[in-house]
Amino acid sequence: MVGEGGYEMTQDFTRDKPIYSQLVDIICGDILKGNLQPGDKMQSVREYSLEVGVNVNTVQRVYRELESMRLTETKRGQGTFITTDEGRIQHLREDMKVELVNQFLQSIAAFGFSREEIVHILQRKEGAE
Amino acid sequence: MIKLQHVSYNYQRQEVLTDISLSFPLGQTIGIAGENGSGKSTLLKIIAGIQRPRKGTISLDEESLTRRHAADIAYLPDMDLFYSYYTTKELFAFYASQFSDFSIQKALEVAKFLEVDVDVKLKKLSKGNRGRAKMAATLGRNTAYYVMDEPFSGLDPIVRESLIKGLIRYTNMEEQSIILSTHELHEVEPILDQLIVIKQGKVIAQDEVEAIRFKTNQDAVSWMKYVTKEKVN
Repeated sequence: MVGEGGYEMTQDFTRDKPIYSQLVDIICGDILKGNLQPGDKMQSVREYSLEVGVNVNTVQRVYRELESMRLTETKRGQGTFITTDEGRIQHLREDMKVELVNQFLQSIAAFGFSREEIVHILQRKEGAE
Repeated sequence: MIKLQHVSYNYQRQEVLTDISLSFPLGQTIGIAGENGSGKSTLLKIIAGIQRPRKGTISLDEESLTRRHAADIAYLPDMDLFYSYYTTKELFAFYASQFSDFSIQKALEVAKFLEVDVDVKLKKLSKGNRGRAKMAATLGRNTAYYVMDEPFSGLDPIVRESLIKGLIRYTNMEEQSIILSTHELHEVEPILDQLIVIKQGKVIAQDEVEAIRFKTNQDAVSWMKYVTKEKVN
């Protein structure tokens, strides 16, 4: 339930990506972290729209995207639920890992670092923890 | 759909709007941005049917739009002192007497959501609370179009945020549209479908805000600065 007056902080968005894709990422993150569990009922488009302070049309697109990624299922008359297909979530986990690593490799390349020196730092950090 | 074709407006010899053609479909929130004096307010008055264009045509669902359509379009003026001797409740009663689509019950609900004390005279309210009262009166109307001239102007961030949430909560994007002018683009962008930039009375750019981000990797604020600079020379 969203509080009266709407005083809770709305979501902040980065400037460089469409808002719908940032919301998709946030929800994927919640699924991976277990904040949203398989079978959980999601808020309605309207409720979520109000919570994050984003246009209903944009949120509708977010829900469509999640559905096409087969991360959610809409049951007629009941609402939208997180998939109970664990394999699907496992798949998301793998995809996300690869995507993060790819982004990381791109930024390393953009600064002209070699993979070796970066791996070296990663290993040292691992050892320190 | 509201449709403007080749609309121009001049005030005595001064050209305020020049050859504007725009369409406003139902089911969208559309922002109009531009510097002060760019013609935004005049454009909104023409869209709301309050002012007639000197040249060109404006239609609502294929029918020529006139002052009569004030009944189909809820207009929020950019005026601070708005029936200042009324309380918010009296303002609602006045709206109810003027507009058959006005629901006092809905207006009171919006006022409660926005935390406006409806028994205080408008002139005794803070600027932020007057902004909220105006918004509640406007959203109390049940019309296909809401046309709002600078609804967030001069209000602090908390008030702006509550007004933005009020807009999300109390409009239905399946059958209504909001057309609003704003300087607070960064905060308003998340509720916009489209952005129209006007400069010196001309439309210099128009796009969907998500498409702007997708195509340019910039938000609406940076894009607007870019297109505005481009068109100077």
